[in-house]
Amino acid sequence: MAKYGLLIDYNYCTGCHSCEVACQQEHGYPEGKTGIKVAEFEYETFKGLAIDFLPYPTDLCDLCVSRQKNGERPACVKHCQSRCMEFGLLGELVTTMEKGHKMVIFAP
Amino acid sequence: MSDTKLFKTVTWSAGPGCHGGCGQKLYVRDGKVVKVEGDEDNPFNQGRSCPRVLAMTQYMYHPDRITQPLKRVGKRGEGKFEPISWDEAFDICEKKMKIIRGEYGAEAMIFAQGTGRDIGGPISFLTYSYGSPNWAQLGLSGQSCYTPRLGAMKAVMGDFTVTDCSQFLEKRYEDPAWQRPEVIMVWGQDPANGCPDAFMGHWVVDCMRMGTKIISVDPRQTWMTTRAEHHLQLRPGTDAALALGMLNVIINKDLYDADFVRNWTHGFAKLRERVQEYPLDKVAAITGVPAESIEAAATFYAKSKPAAVHWGVPVDMSPEGTSVAHAIICLWSVTGNIDVPGGNVIARPSHGVSSYPYSTEELVELYGEELVQKLTKKRIGADVYPMVKNFRGWAQPDMAIDQINSGKPYPIKGAWIQTANILGGQAARARLHYDALKKLDFVVVVDLFHNPTSMALADIFLPAATFAEKDSFRAWWAPLAVIKKRVQVGECKSDWEINFEMAKRFNPEGMQRWNSVEDLFNERLASSGMTFKEIQDKGGWVMPEEGPCKPYLRHERGQLRKDGSPGFQTESGKVELYCTTYESWGLDPLPHYVEPPQSPTATPELFAKYPLIMITGARSQLFFHSEHRGIPWLREKEPDPLVQVHPDTARKFNIYDGEWIHIKNDMGKVKRKVKITRKVHPENIQTLHGWWLPELKGPEPDLFGVWDYQINQLIPGPQCSTSGFGGGQYKTTLVTLEKIGNMGENNG
Repeated sequence: MAKYGLLIDYNYCTGCHSCEVACQQEHGYPEGKTGIKVAEFEYETFKGLAIDFLPYPTDLCDLCVSRQKNGERPACVKHCQSRCMEFGLLGELVTTMEKGHKMVIFAP
Repeated sequence: MSDTKLFKTVTWSAGPGCHGGCGQKLYVRDGKVVKVEGDEDNPFNQGRSCPRVLAMTQYMYHPDRITQPLKRVGKRGEGKFEPISWDEAFDICEKKMKIIRGEYGAEAMIFAQGTGRDIGGPISFLTYSYGSPNWAQLGLSGQSCYTPRLGAMKAVMGDFTVTDCSQFLEKRYEDPAWQRPEVIMVWGQDPANGCPDAFMGHWVVDCMRMGTKIISVDPRQTWMTTRAEHHLQLRPGTDAALALGMLNVIINKDLYDADFVRNWTHGFAKLRERVQEYPLDKVAAITGVPAESIEAAATFYAKSKPAAVHWGVPVDMSPEGTSVAHAIICLWSVTGNIDVPGGNVIARPSHGVSSYPYSTEELVELYGEELVQKLTKKRIGADVYPMVKNFRGWAQPDMAIDQINSGKPYPIKGAWIQTANILGGQAARARLHYDALKKLDFVVVVDLFHNPTSMALADIFLPAATFAEKDSFRAWWAPLAVIKKRVQVGECKSDWEINFEMAKRFNPEGMQRWNSVEDLFNERLASSGMTFKEIQDKGGWVMPEEGPCKPYLRHERGQLRKDGSPGFQTESGKVELYCTTYESWGLDPLPHYVEPPQSPTATPELFAKYPLIMITGARSQLFFHSEHRGIPWLREKEPDPLVQVHPDTARKFNIYDGEWIHIKNDMGKVKRKVKITRKVHPENIQTLHGWWLPELKGPEPDLFGVWDYQINQLIPGPQCSTSGFGGGQYKTTLVTLEKIGNMGENNG
């Protein structure tokens, strides 16, 4: 079976929380339960303060199997306001990653 | 979901709360919305959605939602209400409001709005049908939200502009006419969280991805400032000095666009003279931004073509907000960035349709010169402030509340409050608003949930509809869109329906022109050449066609002025750097800097007692102002009212991360949970406004904990710019931090 994953370009994640609520709505999860969670990082660098956000797929992430059947992207990817999430075959995501920086691939 | 139907519509709240106009797909099953998703075909959001709209189902079907009209049966504030029919509710409102009009005159009734929803249309319609001049954003000190900037743009340029992120073009970024801004100077906003006033903050992020560089003017550090080419971290409230310092650099180093200045501006020599009063060493001392940083950023901005400025409420909330806006307008004007692709493009309501009429010009078109003139004479503040008289049909809010309190020069006896949680949200001097409004004879609240304002004041509560439950139309700025009702929740009605019915009762003769709300919409949509239904049949939205509502370079093509000649819609036909309109209003015709009323240098004694500058009023993706604290999917992501404190400051005050403390000044004290972070400057603290806790008791004295958590209780007043608009002290009030004896306690 083809192995799918999520690529996050975390230079562009603004921490807007759309992915989290999109996931909760899609799956009908109550508060406290979610397939993706955004973490925030704040740290000093040689150039001053850095602020990064990173969406992290939890154990509940099923990459929206039911949406995939209709040819739709996972709810988080579709609604991401800064379009920093990509859904695809792991092999293809790696190709994207080779061209970028501050990226991570999750295979939930 | 085979029995589920999909409908497309457009938002203009209620629901997400904001003024955004995103396209949304509603999935409806058995008459209920079961899911909301962004509409890929709508050029505004291109399929994306914010967390608030994604939480729509929790909002619409929330157990606390008010779905029937309510009548107060206990004492005011006691929280005892009983459901009544719409007929009874309308009858009571009619009777009580006619008594007030009969005994004291129509001006004794104030029509108070907040923000969000399509409120401007329906509330002005009701206010004018009733005959009152007093339509106001009650509580918002200095009317310090966008109005000062709008007034300044109208006076200086004759039109409004916005950062060009291709939003006026159907193909958006793909349209060959559009050019990516080389630079966007983001002035006092965090677009990733910013209030979407017909603008989606993430458009700036889209441009960044394509290569746009950012200059950030912000006292805080945010996601965006950390990605900016230049971050000017100024002291709050010193924006005018910074803008004038940048103008000093651009003019003295000959970095301005000489052709544009010669052909299209008025008063450049006088501006050149004025900016000499702002040498960089002086500006650096005022703003706290190093002179070399100001010079580098100004040079970078001026040399980048095209460049745009995207700005936020700190401009309005600076002292003399309308003058600060003037200074920034000069920046984009002398660099020739007006109505060029990727610059500051002129923004007009699509197809010339007026969906949120507020300028005197629009009001005259809708209601006639005679009525508008007559009402302006009695409008609170119009005899004192030139912009209240000449630009926007709103009463001056600081004066309005003082007049409610004093009854002078004439009494105010009733309030129609629609889309406004005054006590829990925008009200500076919130306690004084509470005391004053309590005295009124009759108060109506039109909203979706109980909040501290409705609980404390409402005699009648009318339940309003979300965007999924209403028909409406939207032309702010583009596209022209219609909002189509898809479901019914309880007995809720749209603001337009409610106000249309009430207007019939106050002005039956004038209302004979329309049989239905849709008739009225069709009249207001007339300039588009289409009806409500026709726009709906075209998919619900239409982009502006070639003409005055579509960029670019309309001043060159003679598309801006009524007489059809090239130029701008001002007296001189030019962009008035030296503003003759300001001059005729008795205001300084050139931009200038004024120190905030409370500051380390203006009030050193107060500063010794209260050594921190508090910034309130920032926006959040999770909450729209005072809304959404009861929506589980949103609240869980930021459950507590936080105050950002720098680690050095936390050490100084002996407080730890997560500790509950009081923020305090002479106005009172308010609870917050400490969040230690380097995002905030050691001399500042920052905290969100709009906090009340829906899970706490509503009836008085609790009012959902509003007196513990409403931060704007600490904002002093009355305050405003000499124009009448701008200058609320939401970002410049001095405070201190105080430990709470009983540590760990988080409410009560």
